[in-house]
Amino acid sequence: MTWYQYIWAPGIWGNPAVHTAWTAGTLVALASGTVGVFVVMRGQSFTGHALGDVGSTGAAGAFLAGVGALWGFLAAGAVTGGSIEWLGRRVRERDIATGVVMAFMLGLSALFLYLVSIYTNASNAPMAILFGSLFTVSPSLQPALLGLSIAALAILALIYRPLLFSTATPEVAQSRGIPVRLVGLAFMLALVVAAEEAALAVGAILSTALLIGPAATAARMARRPGMAVLLAAGLAVGNIWLGILLAYDSYWWPPIHTGWPVSFFVTVVSLGMYAAGGLIQRVRTTVREGGR
Amino acid sequence: MKIEQTVQTTPQAALEITDLGVAYESTWVLDHIDLTVKQGEFIGIIGPNGAGKSTLLKTLAGLIRPSRGEIRFPAARGRRHPVGYVPQRFDLDPDLPLRARDLVGLGLDGHRWGFAWPNAQRGRKIEQALAQVDLTGFADHPAGKLSGGQLQRVLIAQALVSDPELLLLDEPLSSLDLASAQTVVDVVHRVSQNLGVTVLLVTHDMNPLLPVMDRLIYVVNGQAVIGTVDQVVQKDVLDKLYGYDVEVLRLHGRILVVGDETASGDAAGFEHR
Ligand SMILES: Nc1ncnc2c1ncn2[C@@H]1O[C@H](COP(=O)(O)OP(=O)(O)O)[C@@H](O)[C@H]1O
Ligand SMILES: [Mg+2]
Repeated sequence: MTWYQYIWAPGIWGNPAVHTAWTAGTLVALASGTVGVFVVMRGQSFTGHALGDVGSTGAAGAFLAGVGALWGFLAAGAVTGGSIEWLGRRVRERDIATGVVMAFMLGLSALFLYLVSIYTNASNAPMAILFGSLFTVSPSLQPALLGLSIAALAILALIYRPLLFSTATPEVAQSRGIPVRLVGLAFMLALVVAAEEAALAVGAILSTALLIGPAATAARMARRPGMAVLLAAGLAVGNIWLGILLAYDSYWWPPIHTGWPVSFFVTVVSLGMYAAGGLIQRVRTTVREGGR
Repeated sequence: MKIEQTVQTTPQAALEITDLGVAYESTWVLDHIDLTVKQGEFIGIIGPNGAGKSTLLKTLAGLIRPSRGEIRFPAARGRRHPVGYVPQRFDLDPDLPLRARDLVGLGLDGHRWGFAWPNAQRGRKIEQALAQVDLTGFADHPAGKLSGGQLQRVLIAQALVSDPELLLLDEPLSSLDLASAQTVVDVVHRVSQNLGVTVLLVTHDMNPLLPVMDRLIYVVNGQAVIGTVDQVVQKDVLDKLYGYDVEVLRLHGRILVVGDETASGDAAGFEHR
């Protein structure tokens, strides 16, 4: 074995589960990264996190009902996103509304996951819902994920300028006739799609790693909004790819040769990127100020 | 740019307000406001905290629907945007990936769908607007890292770039040091002269505006009086407006209305904010 085979572990290209993980992960990352930038700019990280969390309710419910988990994730996201928009009309009420709705939905999740573990013999289902398992994503989901990611990106592309305007200076945007609330609602739709896709891929409670991590890094490093969006998309895709690669490699790692969870690596890479981004930015500022 | 208007002998009114009333829930915050502002006038909107100044401006900007009365912009007929609005002080996250140029660009075409593809003409318009507020060279500066006065001026450029008939500025001088406040006043004054823009500028301290404003609107307890400084800032006029005795002091060219901030809250049933 040559050295690079330790990185490109044998068989990674030939493994069908890895192929699916790659395509699914890439699609999910593209949506998460781009939507995430606006989540960060709008200060809606908590909402994004809550949407991921409550996905577990939907996924567990879908499991009980014998429906595909993706649809459960999306249904729970839509209900939660709609409730937050409905209850939290004013900015200050928003976090409270989010917290209240999330708590209720997670209560349901506790019940559903309990029922799953009692009445079905899928003892690992709760783990997969909460922490994700990209390698077990069914290849048949790929068209749906493709459609969803395209939908989220299309919404963002369509409302790009009004959204940026409503995000940066909401009152000015409103005075210029932009339907700020409607734009916010359209963005919520894109956010629900992105957050639930991320929840499916890396787990309900870890989805933030993909939705917020790369976007926060990009928003901090980029100076212009368009660049932040592109950079975030790139970082999110890189994040997923690196996570998959490391997870595949970890098959050779102790203690038992079964591989570590992909989601673990995705969160590690996400955090690593954020820290590295901060470091690069600090060096940049020091250099710029030192050069004066 | 203003050829049509200069041909006319009598300037049109920029703003006509008749019997305007604005209520939040069941409290009337503005009541029976009647006033007319001429084209190109520089108007200061003065009054104590909670008087209804911001409410008046937001109503003119279309953010609040009047509960009663009418607002017209006769001179702005045909323009897409009769008013350019700069809201009361707010902060931008210093890490926001947004440059001064992006904020101004949103004022230009932020209401359109899709992306703004870079083109030379758009860039020129943006830089021209920034030059009008003395911020040449700041186009690529991160918006969140501008000083308070610079951000105010960027927002003024953002409003100007849409070629409005009226410029509405809510407390652009508050929380600025004297020098920055003076710069903002100078910039707004010059813009109103050069572009013929009608200005309504809210401030709780009228003194920085004394050299530049044509008239003022004095707002107390939701009532408003319009006129020149000499007409309005008079003991008898203000006594009636406040509903109790105030003193008008003129010291070294500055004007002080005594009894205003201290008593307006309790006597008028408004809270200090
Ligand atoms: N959204 C609101 N809902 C209810 N009352 C409000 C609202 N905004 C302002 N007010 C009240 O209306 C009055 C006028 O406020 P405002 O126009 O902000 O005054 P100013 O700008 O002159 O300080 C105050 O008593 C304020 O408390
Ligand atoms: Mg105010």
